[in-house]
Amino acid sequence: MTLRVHDLAHGRSGDKGDRVNISVIAYDEAGFRHLGAHLTCERVMQAFAGLAQGPCQRFVLPKLLAYNFVIDGALDGGVTRSMRMDIHGKSLSSLMLTIELPEMP
Amino acid sequence: MTAADIAGDRPLRIGSGAGYAGDRWEPALDLVERGGIDILVFECLAERTIAREALSRRNEQSAGYNPLLAERIRSVLPAARARGVRIVSNMGAANPEAAAETVTGIARAEGLAGTKVAALLGDDVLPWVLAHPELTFMETGERLGGIAGRIVSANAYLGADAILQALGTGADVVITGRVADPALFLAPAMAAHGWAPGDPRLGQGCAMGHLMECAGQITGGYFADPGIAGGVKDVPEPWALGFPHADIWADGRVRIGKVAGTGGRIDRMTCTEQLLYELHDPAAYVTPDCVLDVTDVDFIQIAPDLVEVTGARAAPRPDSLKVSVGYLEGWIGEGQLSYAGINAEARARLAGEIVRRRLAQRGLHYDDLRVELIGMESLHGPARARPAPYEVRLRVAGRSADAQAAAIVGQEVETLLTNGPAGGAGDFKAVREILRVQSVLIPRSEIRTQVKLFTA
Repeated sequence: MTLRVHDLAHGRSGDKGDRVNISVIAYDEAGFRHLGAHLTCERVMQAFAGLAQGPCQRFVLPKLLAYNFVIDGALDGGVTRSMRMDIHGKSLSSLMLTIELPEMP
Repeated sequence: MTAADIAGDRPLRIGSGAGYAGDRWEPALDLVERGGIDILVFECLAERTIAREALSRRNEQSAGYNPLLAERIRSVLPAARARGVRIVSNMGAANPEAAAETVTGIARAEGLAGTKVAALLGDDVLPWVLAHPELTFMETGERLGGIAGRIVSANAYLGADAILQALGTGADVVITGRVADPALFLAPAMAAHGWAPGDPRLGQGCAMGHLMECAGQITGGYFADPGIAGGVKDVPEPWALGFPHADIWADGRVRIGKVAGTGGRIDRMTCTEQLLYELHDPAAYVTPDCVLDVTDVDFIQIAPDLVEVTGARAAPRPDSLKVSVGYLEGWIGEGQLSYAGINAEARARLAGEIVRRRLAQRGLHYDDLRVELIGMESLHGPARARPAPYEVRLRVAGRSADAQAAAIVGQEVETLLTNGPAGGAGDFKAVREILRVQSVLIPRSEIRTQVKLFTA
């Protein structure tokens, strides 16, 4: 079975202008470390190619075992003019959770 | 509520009655009747709603506030007045004064004479914005001067200090226009505990407001992912989701809970998702009242569905406030049609190609034209090796400065019913005017707030 972010974490996305933020909250310490090593902005932008221009920033909240990804140019101009079905980018957390990762050590 | 009313170690209890304009009704009444709350907040103003309401007000001087205000207030006001629960809401949108008059009328009709309703004015800074065409938008760097004739609204995000003025009148109901969402919750805490701007406890108060502002999103709403091993993301009785209340003490301690017996859940997982919702740099979340730092925030489970929030810090508030500028930017037209069964994807792709060619044949040009299949690629874009589903739905959307051109998109999808590939079903079309919102900054010194008090 392929390991995906969904196996290690949960998350939620939110919009502001043309920028989306997606939290990735690990279920435990081991998952938090594995995500830290492999769920880089570079990996995330591969999955979001065609949907977001970037840049991507990753913030770390060690107490909450969480990462906060902030991606620019991700919402087709923002909720007020987007032509997408998902004008808020609310479904983008689901895309984040599908990203495949190397097996845990 | 004044500092004197909250004596000793009693916390102020604030309920969150709505997380958006159209939210469920009964959880708010439940908070009033069984939640033991002192304050009920309704957060009902999305980014572009105020621009939309400003347009309504142009057409009808007494309009421009939340269309559901009367119904929502009528459903809770008698119970709230009976228990001394004060109501704070941004349902005033582009016309807080007319909204306050409506609330006053409802109080009279319900036999609640003496009810005091305060309208907070001063977030509307349209004249100032129109006088500064040299300003550039924070998002795109475009000059305001370039879109001057199309601007319909400009509203500054006021802070808790402005709402404090309204609470200071002793009003039973406070109606605002644009304010920062967390400020709706922070202001009553500042009033109850005598906190002034700059107080370090504003960090905990602001974090509390941020956690509460989306109501059900912290009590298990927008959270369920059923069937995961161990049921870690199951939500009990989501059809009876309770909305949250926050206890906030004078020393800044915060606990989030909900009414006993309601559905949903409050724990570290739901709280962490909501803490990071719409947040960017966790060390610097800029609000009108403070720059919030949540990097040390932690959630401690005190009891089932009761969580203590610790560690939020506040840096001094900024010298300028964010202003949302709403302006008209053309039209979006859209049409949809479904296909099912054998070869459904190929028929839907052909249907999309027919619409694309028809629009080009008619000499219509769009700033952007999307042709996509719902069920395949409409949310996350196309991907290789994705199996074709049993049914798909064609969606075509076009953006144009011309309303007629936008409307034709849906018409061309509709004509596929008799002219397109076999088996098209379930047609839908729509056209909407685009109200775009971007932001500028205004110096705090340019803001003049005013409170108008009405008595039933």
